[in-house]
Amino acid sequence: MDVAQPKEFLLSIEGLTVSFDGFKAVNDLSLYVEENEIRVIIGPNGAGKTTVLDLICGRTRATEGSIQFRGTELTNLREHEIVHAGVGRKFQNPSIYEDLTVFENLELSFPRGRSVLGALTFRRDAEVINRVEEIAEMIFLKDHLDTDAAILSHGQKQWLEIGMLLIQSPELLMLDEPVAGMSVSERIKTAELLNTIIKKHSVIVIEHDMKFVEDIAHRVTVLHQGKVLSEGSMDRVKNDPKVIEVYLGH
Amino acid sequence: MSPALFLFRKREWIYFAILAFILAVVFPTVFDNFRLNLIGKYLTYAFVALGLVLCWGYGGILSLGQGIFFGLGGYCMAMFLKLESSTPEATAIQSTPGIPDFMDWNQLTSLPFWWEPFHSFTFTLFAIIAVPVALAFIISVAMFKRRVGGVYFAIITQAIAAILTILIIGQQGYTGGVNGITDLRTLLGWDIRSDNARYVFYFTCVALLLGSLILAQLVRVSKFGRLLIAMRDKEDRVRFSGYDVANFKIFIFCLAAAFSAIGGAMFTLQVGFMSPSFVGIVPSIEMVIFCAVGGRLSIFGAIYGALLVNAAKSTLSESFPELWLFAMGGLFIAVVMVFPEGVAGLFRQHIEPLVIRGLSIFRIGKVRKPRPAAE
Repeated sequence: MDVAQPKEFLLSIEGLTVSFDGFKAVNDLSLYVEENEIRVIIGPNGAGKTTVLDLICGRTRATEGSIQFRGTELTNLREHEIVHAGVGRKFQNPSIYEDLTVFENLELSFPRGRSVLGALTFRRDAEVINRVEEIAEMIFLKDHLDTDAAILSHGQKQWLEIGMLLIQSPELLMLDEPVAGMSVSERIKTAELLNTIIKKHSVIVIEHDMKFVEDIAHRVTVLHQGKVLSEGSMDRVKNDPKVIEVYLGH
Repeated sequence: MSPALFLFRKREWIYFAILAFILAVVFPTVFDNFRLNLIGKYLTYAFVALGLVLCWGYGGILSLGQGIFFGLGGYCMAMFLKLESSTPEATAIQSTPGIPDFMDWNQLTSLPFWWEPFHSFTFTLFAIIAVPVALAFIISVAMFKRRVGGVYFAIITQAIAAILTILIIGQQGYTGGVNGITDLRTLLGWDIRSDNARYVFYFTCVALLLGSLILAQLVRVSKFGRLLIAMRDKEDRVRFSGYDVANFKIFIFCLAAAFSAIGGAMFTLQVGFMSPSFVGIVPSIEMVIFCAVGGRLSIFGAIYGALLVNAAKSTLSESFPELWLFAMGGLFIAVVMVFPEGVAGLFRQHIEPLVIRGLSIFRIGKVRKPRPAAE
């Protein structure tokens, strides 16, 4: 670990700013995530929540500031290099390969054979199959391995995408609204799934569903106009007058 | 879900055998030398269509410039043949004997340096693949690393096809201009216009095509094949699963270019000349139509598509030359609107179920007449 870092955070974001034609979607943001923490980011629409995830995973380039992940600067890396460093990202709308089966979706996300040659010579051996089955069991899709992903329900698609992240074994998982559009029973199962996941990973979640946030969050960060408005336990944040005014009050 | 992935499924082996049988046994027995040579010409387009199945059908990268690579492969072969037939004795009447005739007509007095290596057959064989692939590599790196894709990529490939045609026509002294490189006679001393040579070229073409088909299938059944589908569907997801998407696109584009180049070289050998009319926009779009009619998701379909459309083209343009372009346009519209998966899709929907039912009811080996295969 870097000597210069006083405390060992898994992810430390400092002074992060991104400006789209002068509009600062994220403005001088600092955020620290510890190992095995579930951090939930909430905030009104347009607060910059998704943009923060985009910046971390390299989809959007920062105008200023730094994102350090285990001492590695992520702001200059390309998307796939950030994935190799150990950061996984789930998108807001389920982003899966509809023309492939559940098994194939998971297999493609298995972290081996990621080069052109590697993909051509990749073999579906026992290790891959076991791992795919293990993950499929976690995400409640064990009986659907040969199903085309296109015909899964919305909730199952969300799980599949979470599974595709898990099979990469990232150290940090970023989930953008994982329970959006899910039924109540699916939400409960998803919360259960996330609670299993955090035993081995750190997780950043963006979520609007306050009930769900209370169930899972260790700490909550409230974003507003690209800045951190409040941060701390759910109880503290809930009673913060600033938060009530801009977000929870209505 | 078996751990071992076989090259072909059982049914596909039957389709492969049927195709090989048609090409290597049926056609040579049924058709005379002239017709067989024509079919050999059609088959050279099947190479291009095969590349397009991988590149466009699977990878979603539409190239409207496959004529570039077909042409470059063909020109490399033509340059070698032209040099061989331009011996000082054969060209004694020229003001500079020993250089290709069109150079002499254009007042060139010596062979350009970049023509020199084409005296060597080994170098030519290498160049047939290397030159088109090198260009494909440059184009695809420039585009895909900058994340240019979709319709923009298609337009740029089309523009490059147009530029290459203009360049070839404009540099008459070096390329033979609009006439192309003509009057090719021998390959290593062997008359390429003899019946004997045409038979050999036909079978070489079939063998190379079946080889390319197996290579394409190897790519298709590997994880690479599934990644192509994934990239076509959700490129970002592939990127955020840790793949450098551009590299995969570059590879498949170069592979498609290599297939086209082999087709081009075989075209020159069988037709006996090469000209810019096989390079530009119209031939490049025709090649996409061969692929679309055959079925852009079927490597077998690509070959039947190239054969069918070209046979239709020959028949129709013999009787109504001015109608062909309209017919072709109509065909493309029909494929897009009515049967988007081409002949292979029709086969899969309507004929294959019958075959399977027939097989399961009667439990006999072979039923029904051979048609293009699924997937």
